[in-house]
Amino acid sequence: MREQNTTNIIVIGNGMVGYKFCEKLLSKQKNDLVFSITVFGEEPRPAYDRVHLSEFFAGKTGDDLTMASMDWYSKNGIRLFLSDPVVDINRQEKLVRSHHGHIVHYDYLIMATGSGAFVPSIPGVEKDGVFVYRTIEDLELIQSYARKAKNGAVLGGGLLGLEAAKALLDLGLQQAHVVEFAPRLMPRQIDDAGSKMLQNQLEGLGLNIHLLKSTQEIKGGDTIEGMQFADGSFLEVDMLVISAGIRPRDELAKIAGLETHPRGGIVVDNMLTTSDPNIFAIGECALAHHMIYGLIAPGYEMAEVVATYLTGGTKEFLPFDMSTKLKLIGTDVASFGDPFIEEPACKTIRYENKAKGVYKRINVSIDGKELLGGILVGDAEQYNMLLQTCKSKTILPPDSEDLILGSRGGEEASAATSVGGVMSLPDDALICSCEAVTKGMICQEVSENGHTTIDAIKKCCKAGTGCGGCLPMVKDIIQGVLKQNGVYVKNIICEHFDYSRQELLDLVKINGIRTYNGVLNHFGHGDGCEVCKPLVGSLLASLWNENILQKDRAPIQDSNDRYLANIQKGGTYSVVPRIPGGEITPEKLIVIGQVAQRYGLYTKITGGQRIDLFGAHLNDLPAIWEQLIAVGFESGHAYGKSLRTVKSCVGSTWCRFGVQDSVSFAIEVEDRYKGLRSPHKLKSAVSGCVRECAEAQSKDFGIIATEKGWNLYVCGNGGSKPQHAQLIATDVDKETCIRLIDRFLMFYIKTADPLTRTATWLNKMEGGINYLKAVVVDDVLGIGEELEKNMQALIEVYKCEWKEVVESPELRKRFSHFVNAPIKDPNIEFETMRDQKKAKEWV
Amino acid sequence: MEPVKNTKDRIVWHKACHVEDIPEDGGGCALIEGKQIAIFNFARRGEWFATDNQCPHRQQMAVARGMIGSQDGEPKVACPFHKKTFSLQTGQCLNDDAYRINTFPVMVRENQVYVGL
Ligand code: SRM
Ligand SMILES: Cc1cc2nc3c(=O)[nH]c(=O)nc-3n(C[C@H](O)[C@H](O)[C@H](O)COP(=O)(O)OP(=O)(O)OC[C@H]3O[C@@H](n4cnc5c(N)ncnc54)[C@H](O)[C@@H]3O)c2cc1C
Ligand code: SF4
Ligand code: FES
Repeated sequence: MREQNTTNIIVIGNGMVGYKFCEKLLSKQKNDLVFSITVFGEEPRPAYDRVHLSEFFAGKTGDDLTMASMDWYSKNGIRLFLSDPVVDINRQEKLVRSHHGHIVHYDYLIMATGSGAFVPSIPGVEKDGVFVYRTIEDLELIQSYARKAKNGAVLGGGLLGLEAAKALLDLGLQQAHVVEFAPRLMPRQIDDAGSKMLQNQLEGLGLNIHLLKSTQEIKGGDTIEGMQFADGSFLEVDMLVISAGIRPRDELAKIAGLETHPRGGIVVDNMLTTSDPNIFAIGECALAHHMIYGLIAPGYEMAEVVATYLTGGTKEFLPFDMSTKLKLIGTDVASFGDPFIEEPACKTIRYENKAKGVYKRINVSIDGKELLGGILVGDAEQYNMLLQTCKSKTILPPDSEDLILGSRGGEEASAATSVGGVMSLPDDALICSCEAVTKGMICQEVSENGHTTIDAIKKCCKAGTGCGGCLPMVKDIIQGVLKQNGVYVKNIICEHFDYSRQELLDLVKINGIRTYNGVLNHFGHGDGCEVCKPLVGSLLASLWNENILQKDRAPIQDSNDRYLANIQKGGTYSVVPRIPGGEITPEKLIVIGQVAQRYGLYTKITGGQRIDLFGAHLNDLPAIWEQLIAVGFESGHAYGKSLRTVKSCVGSTWCRFGVQDSVSFAIEVEDRYKGLRSPHKLKSAVSGCVRECAEAQSKDFGIIATEKGWNLYVCGNGGSKPQHAQLIATDVDKETCIRLIDRFLMFYIKTADPLTRTATWLNKMEGGINYLKAVVVDDVLGIGEELEKNMQALIEVYKCEWKEVVESPELRKRFSHFVNAPIKDPNIEFETMRDQKKAKEWV
Repeated sequence: MEPVKNTKDRIVWHKACHVEDIPEDGGGCALIEGKQIAIFNFARRGEWFATDNQCPHRQQMAVARGMIGSQDGEPKVACPFHKKTFSLQTGQCLNDDAYRINTFPVMVRENQVYVGL
């Protein structure tokens, strides 16, 4: 119809950058410009997130990693040919020909062929058991081979090599080695001292690191048996992953006669144009500013430049910042700006803490005013701030060492990264480098377009949709702008309630409301949602402690609370009876065994000193609990935001070092607070002496015996961001200890945001631990007695909720998969493993 | 209660369950013709909805166990597994364009719930 106005675009390569180009082109498309887009991909699946490829080993599937589904391409009119590489380009006729024989005409051709793994020409690389690490198919091969391998090695100690080595450890190999030719790890990002610190950390986790090793030959018959090094040494391995760098895929460009670089890469100018003005190259195949940018952010920027050009705009690809931050096996590593510049060209400040495995280096200009670059190993919390300070050339404070040493205590740490910090950055500071979004753009979305939530920002300008590393800063910017605009920033619950959790709790309490609809009718609007329902459910439980499934409360509970059990992959549930303090009689153990046998449950000792029975059908739950309750078990609330376990060590009754009876106290504490609903789960522990075998200092509240009494610690956390609990009372007797815990827990329940563990609650609290201590121990607010009374009231009405269900035919009826058939879900399937069963893998 | 307006040409109504089998403002799963159908009694709005019980995200049979609610007035259900939410009116996933579930008309007569397939 409008043939002449249609511009034919062909994209060769459906990798991350090729995909991003399509997305950007579509979003910039104007009415008078019609593009017909054809994409050829060599891989069998649509573009996926290669940056997070290793998560494949952590259970992510190809689908999880996909950038956009096949539907997306067809919906947007893009013709996508997969498993069909382009094999020839006819530049005179402007035609490409694919492997399957498709011949398509283009007006503009975009080469986004990426790169492949560089495999050095060492004799023996062709042997079985030698792999590269680039595509999902590579990972599938590695995964299946690793099952029968014991010792694995990775050739190359760079960013990707270390990631691959971690994968080998995760796959269960007995030994994983890293072999690097250079004298240090990650030679392009960090210096010798940083490398040493990283090496220590990685060795501590079981990796074997070999530096300065030049591999001469890969030994073995058809299959790899070991690596022979130039220094005469030999390493026995039965699999090897080569990660020695990347090689731009410029072979097609060469055939087409485009200019390529002798060391690889399709040569392009600042507009990403190749030596043919109708052909562009973007991503890892393009050589711009004399280099291959092996990172995703510059690739996306290239896509942006070409999409802008084709839609009539102008933009140039400028030399790109190569700063990176990553987490390697739990160790942060980051480098930014010019990490290697040396004195006397700059002043270098170094901080090293071997015990904690932390190394930091910053390079400051001679006049002390500008940050030039730096390296962070072990703790990269300040990375975003430092990177922004460096890029925006912010004038530094007189004591520039504060930049890396400033945060020495918990309170100061949060101050250093606080809102003021982000808001002092200039508008052009790049916040999201994956999507090239500046601080100014986010500010504008917040104040002019009213996008005041993370989700809204993600949707309107895509900030935070790439690696997600900038999300904390995005959140701070939103809050900062709102504050600047004089908006009182309040954490409202959701679109149905304009209150914070604390406010709603007070309102519900004063008005004595006990149902969800009551709360919604009085204080909210609309029909509620999956955010406010469980929150109100938790409030009602914290206030009145009535059975969470009665009145209208069952359908407002979160998945696990709704059926008083944790939902599992496949739709079965787990059963965790309470075993206070971890103490259990042989008789009870036998019953657990009988129940597990009868209902075919997978049985495991948990990390919380009790026993978890997995794989129970919804229909069986009441009968299982009936049998457990008959011998005195109670619900363990493993499903609830409530007290989990109070761990204990054996203490003075048996242990030769114990100074107090920690087991008795742990049982007493667990029985006191069992069933207590709170903003998030609560964990505790009691140790019998300073050796701390119960790990009390990692708990929300922990107790350690002393010669004279007990020490009370609060606000510890395990999980992904571990934090030690802090001491608030010393040598107190049991009664005092309990009184302080009552106050502490009740204060937490009343004031914490939803789903906030005690550690995070404390970190956000103005005045920090000193304030908390003043409230709980010194009672500066004069609310101590009231808090204790509130707690006592909750404790008095405690009932085991499973017992109530077992005894109520009405409640029992709801534990059935079908409402119209007495059968279990026929779709549930199991697999066997080590003589027990496990859930079938997701499809 | 008025039967939900149906848009399809030929609908066969299947008896699914009694009204009280589905908790108010909650859901339940019925087995109809070998298919698992999630039925929701959205009492707050005085409406009934039916959808696939299978969530397209990880093929889990659990949509009926999800929480219902609204987003800008549109009734929705959240899958209990990873909280993908689906419009009860159109079946479209509201937080991921790639997914959608089937919806079915519901009719309530004399305390019986019927679903049209
Ligand atoms: C069973 C168990 C693992 C095991 O086999 O040992 C376990 C299993 C689960 N943990 Fe855990 N955690 C278990 C001990 C722990 C521990 C160790 C401990 O308590 O000593 C921790 C770190 C300590 C801590 O919490 O500070 C732990 C930190 C987490 C976290 C992260 C919490 C955080 O603050 O970051 C989650 C996620 C959450 O709660 O949001 C979690 C969530 C989960 C859930 C509930 C995930 C879920 O929502 O489905 C798992 C469900 C189990 C099930 O289906 O029954 N689990 N989890 C352990 C049960 C202990 C118990 O007897 O109740
Ligand atoms: C394990 C791993 C971890 C990484 N981690 C990070 C990280 O943390 N941070 C970061 O910034 N970057 C990281 N990267 C790098 C990042 O993934 C790449 O920069 C990015 O994928 C480059 O995108 P691209 O589209 O240019 O190339 P690719 O994603 O490689 O896509 C190119 C596609 O073109 C196809 N192709 C080639 N020739 C043809 C042809 N003739 N016809 C049709 N199709 C063809 C290829 O098969 C491929 O599918 C990582 C890479 C890997 C492998
Ligand atoms: S904490 Fe003390 S009492 Fe408890 S087991 Fe360890 S050494 Fe013994
Ligand atoms: S299975 Fe439904 S959201 Fe994942």
